[in-house]
Amino acid sequence: MENIYLTIVLAPLAGALLAGLFGKVIGRSGAHWVTILGVATSFVLSVVVFKYMVIDGNEPFNGPVYTWMVSDGIHMQVGFLVDRLTTLMLLVVTFVSLMVHIYTIGYMSDDPGYQRFFSYIALFTFSMLMLVMSNNFLQLFFGWEAVGLVSYLLIGFWYKRPSAIYANLKAFLVNRVGDFGFLLGIAAIVMYFNTLDYAGVFAAAPAMAGSTMQIFPGSDWSVMTVICILLFIGAMGKSAQVPLHVWLPDSMEGPTPISALIHAATMVTAGIFMVARMSPLFELSETALSFVLVIGSITALFMGFLGLVQNDIKRVIAYSTLSQLGYMTVALGVSAYSVGIFHLMTHAFFKALLFLAAGSVIIAMHHEQDIRKMGGLRKYLPITYWTSLVGSLALIGFPGFAGFFSKDTIIEAVHASHIAGSGFAYVSVLSGVFITALYSFRMFFLVFHTHERFDEHTRAHLHETPAVVTVPLIMLAIPSVVAGYWIDPVVFGDYFGDAIFVSHAHDVVGHLAEEFHGTSAFILHGLTGPAFWLATAGLGTAWFIYTQKPSIAEQLAQRFQLVYRIMLDKYGFDRFNEIFFAGGARGTGWTLWKLGDVLLIDGLLVNGSARLVGWVSGVVRHVQTGYLYHYAFSMIIGLLLLLSWFLWLAPGA
Amino acid sequence: MVLADYLILGAVLFGLSVAGIFINRKNVIILLMCIELMLLAVNTNFIAFSHFTGDISGQVFVFFILTVAAAESAIGLAILVVLFRNRHTINVDDLDSMKG
Repeated sequence: MENIYLTIVLAPLAGALLAGLFGKVIGRSGAHWVTILGVATSFVLSVVVFKYMVIDGNEPFNGPVYTWMVSDGIHMQVGFLVDRLTTLMLLVVTFVSLMVHIYTIGYMSDDPGYQRFFSYIALFTFSMLMLVMSNNFLQLFFGWEAVGLVSYLLIGFWYKRPSAIYANLKAFLVNRVGDFGFLLGIAAIVMYFNTLDYAGVFAAAPAMAGSTMQIFPGSDWSVMTVICILLFIGAMGKSAQVPLHVWLPDSMEGPTPISALIHAATMVTAGIFMVARMSPLFELSETALSFVLVIGSITALFMGFLGLVQNDIKRVIAYSTLSQLGYMTVALGVSAYSVGIFHLMTHAFFKALLFLAAGSVIIAMHHEQDIRKMGGLRKYLPITYWTSLVGSLALIGFPGFAGFFSKDTIIEAVHASHIAGSGFAYVSVLSGVFITALYSFRMFFLVFHTHERFDEHTRAHLHETPAVVTVPLIMLAIPSVVAGYWIDPVVFGDYFGDAIFVSHAHDVVGHLAEEFHGTSAFILHGLTGPAFWLATAGLGTAWFIYTQKPSIAEQLAQRFQLVYRIMLDKYGFDRFNEIFFAGGARGTGWTLWKLGDVLLIDGLLVNGSARLVGWVSGVVRHVQTGYLYHYAFSMIIGLLLLLSWFLWLAPGA
Repeated sequence: MVLADYLILGAVLFGLSVAGIFINRKNVIILLMCIELMLLAVNTNFIAFSHFTGDISGQVFVFFILTVAAAESAIGLAILVVLFRNRHTINVDDLDSMKG
């Protein structure tokens, strides 16, 4: 099995290297063949691992592959931990990645950077696999940074656009903030546990639960709380939680396939995965869990609102991603890790589907992304229409679709939880359901229904996208419907086993499992719950406002101008960052430049000493008159002085 | 006549020559003459000491100094001629190409 694990990771890397380094030699079709072959190998082997691990029920694999170095007893090594959690992530990552690879053939067909793109996304798959298969914090950090790097490269893929460069720099910088917290968390783990291996840390963690540390003199902090919050700050950066969410909407500057792969389905879920993986640590700190819960619920609700005022088709979906990541974080906060991972999985399918469908619309509209300039596309793009409908229904949690199961369980879990902040979280996730339905179907109706708002030229070229685009859509639409029925084993069954640890006091999922009587009963129960009615209300409102009476939307914007302005401004996070952090950094830099560099170093030290020497020599040069008698005179004076010294002053005179 | 008289004469001669070097702003030849005068003042001291101490070597030294002074004057005058050829002046105030 070890060889299989190694192949899963290395196959995409081989594809990436071939396509990246020999792109000119193997040509365009060569590039997509090697990378797709690599990722397909990974996918097939992931299915093999799934069968081995879940169906045959073998023990998890945990072992080192290669020791990089040993320093002071700490082993830094590449190692794999393949348990059921990893297996699930492997399936999701390789499947979505494979679909995106195929889709990319169609989406990027005219792009000059074709090989480069394939190299990047295969490299991304490698990084993500390293991340999820890691059995130690160092490799986790490697994967963490590697996905960040590839994300940076891909957001700025069209590097000639200033906006893309701005966006990728922003993504990189915001992620640095989170990664700094993450790195501090890992450092704290090494400091207190003296090991980087998950197994060692998890085994030693319960003994550490009561210990405290002093960050400032005189204040005691629980070690586990500090470690967990620091790790979660890393997750906030990668999984785009408030206030480190600002990079995700801007990352839509990248090509659509990577919006689907990286900024919706996989990389941004790395934070969620990490917290679930660290469940034995987070379970030891209720403070950290409450922190996670509150951050998640703020993200879930308030980022959803912003989706209502966006007009760029990809940005609407981006805000919906933020909101859904908030839901996952909320699930983690109430210790329903399995539900969070389950939502991660269903979300990966339907969000990748929605993004790829949006990409299909964008191809058909010749790279027009403004939904105000679309409308009535239903009859031109039937496959995209139906798959988008599936994706949107899954997103709003319509009964029977994948999102329904995961999202409803999250809401139920929050309802059942008694941890601090769960009341606020319950209100947030419930109102979030209405908002989600409203913005999803606002976009859906504006794009596919209503009257056509584009010109004759566009209409003439409008037709369904090629098979490489539509086939992945259909392939993703299937799990978007059926993945939810897997809820029985994954969430309520004993799927995760030892991979996820929930302490008895926080076991909301166990509580829910007692009331769970099969999926059909779950659907029936869902029909009577508030979440379903809120989703339906959102859908109905969207239908009424955007297809029947479009004037209502304008009137609302007019009536609540202040709110509208704030929402267009994205609550001012960007402006605050620009003024406070960017401006502050530039101000500090400017001051240091003017004071330290220009004045002190250049002015006083470098030019100052030169000027001093110049001034002294300017004075001294007047001694050198060039007249013989002046020299002779000074010689005489010198002689006299020497003589007098010898005669009267010298010792022994 | 006592030793002090001779020494005073030598000192006066020496002072005159130093003053000649400093005060003279016109002519390099006068400069050379002042240097000769300085040497003569020193010679006077040598002879005076030699006579009053009864040691002949001081007088021998004077001969050496006179010889060297003659050679030096010859060289000095030769340099002067070349200098005049090149600069068309022997005015001391004009000879300041070493000025910083």
